[in-house]
Parts: sequence; C-alpha cells; structure tokens
Amino acid sequence: MSVEERFSDEVIKTWERLKKEAEEAGYRLNPDRVFTLRLVQGLIENEKRYGYWCCPCRLAFGEKDKDVDVICPCYYRDSDIEEFGACYCALYVSDEWIEGKKKHGSIPERRPAKFMRDGYSETPAPPQSLAPSPQPLSLPVWRCKVCGYLCARPEPPGKCPVCKAGKDRFERFM
Amino acid sequence: MKFTHVPGRNAKHRVTLYALSTCGWCKKTKELLDSNQIQYEYIDVDQCQGEERAEVSTKVRELNPRGSFPTIRIDGDVVAGYDEDRIRELLEL
Repeated sequence: MSVEERFSDEVIKTWERLKKEAEEAGYRLNPDRVFTLRLVQGLIENEKRYGYWCCPCRLAFGEKDKDVDVICPCYYRDSDIEEFGACYCALYVSDEWIEGKKKHGSIPERRPAKFMRDGYSETPAPPQSLAPSPQPLSLPVWRCKVCGYLCARPEPPGKCPVCKAGKDRFERFM
Repeated sequence: MKFTHVPGRNAKHRVTLYALSTCGWCKKTKELLDSNQIQYEYIDVDQCQGEERAEVSTKVRELNPRGSFPTIRIDGDVVAGYDEDRIRELLEL
C-alpha cells in the first residue's frame, strides 16, 4: 500500500459523512482508512460517470434501472453483513469482522446471475405467508428495499430515515 | 482488448487480471502482485467503452461464469475474487 496515497477533500468529507450516518443507523464502515477512502473515491467516480453511486466493485450497466439493486447501499448489503461480516465491497462491515472473527477477503456475489448478465428487473413476490389483513389498511405500507424500514403513509419518504436510500428504492409492501 | 503490462522479476507464471479501477479488492490484488514482483497484465473493465467493454465482459464470464471482479487467470487456473491464499498457492509464494 503506497504511503503517499492522497485523497481529495471531497472524498474525505464524503467518508466522514458516511461514517457518521452509518454509526447513527447502527452500521459500521470498514475501519481500514485507505481501503475505505478508495471505495468512497470509487463511488464519487461512479457518480460522475453514471449519475448514481454504483457499487465500486461491480461493473455498471450505466443505466439506473439496471443497476438500481447495486446502488450503494445495495440490496444485498444487510444479508452479506449478516452472513460474511462485510458487504460485497467491504465498505460496510460488522463488529465481528472488525474484531477479526470473520475472514477478510472477497465474498461470493449474492446478486442473482440473471441481474449480473442483464441488469436488475422487478420480480413481484407478494408475501404469501402473511395472513390477510383483517380490515382494510387506512394507508399503504412502504418498504425500503435496502434496509427493510417500513412506514405507513400516502407516499414513500423522499429518503429512508435509516439508510438514506432514495424514494425510488421503496416498494409497496401492504 | 488493451491490457496494461506490468513488468516484474517473477515471470514464472502467466498472470492476467480482469479488474475494475474503483474496486478495493482489485486494488488489493494488484498490490499483492506488485509487492511480490510478479509480472502480469491487467485490464480495468470499467474503463473500457462500448464494444470493447462487451467483449471483455464476455471473456470474464467465460473464465468466471458470475462475471465478478477481480477475475484472475494464473496459467490454466482461474481465481474469482481476492482469495489471497489461493493466489499465493498458484504463484508459489
């Protein structure tokens, strides 16, 4: 690792903001400063190239609809942190991972092969095990596809209060 | 496909790395090769455009059906992801 690796103010400011937001929401950023700053630099680079924060460790299609599942934070983050202690690019990690109880290195790609090849597509799978609501809901329930946050209101929020994912990453849940 | 050739004292193996310029694990892979003076060639697929990008992506998928990065070919073997132990084993480090 080169000792002189320099990062712009924009990268450092973004990293500081992400770290603060992550900790407030119960997540942890990778404590390896240089590794993490490189990822943040990659996210900013992808913002410039594609207009959104495509995962730095995945090849973007360059079309938002096709990449929406791998916009950071991606739909696979929480499951990967749960199973491997780190998300795919290792920007977000668990305490166990930090303490060295989980192996550090690449983890298997959870994104379905079909999405890898052709891009994301909606697969409507209504929750079948849930009992039908005894009475009609007074408001629709929206689910954040990144972190699972639920809220009942006429429209999804502009930004998820937990993980900061945008409005377009919510789905109608009930 | 335009590969970047990285000279190194250890040229015992033919090493080809398919990487993304923004990926942390790809950078770790380059560092591992560099610090061991391995001779290799690499391509940052995200820096490729249009037809070349499609062509390289197809090649990556041939070697590693998931098409994930980094994909490292060492002689006749393919390593998907930054698997330091496996890379060291294949490079006899």
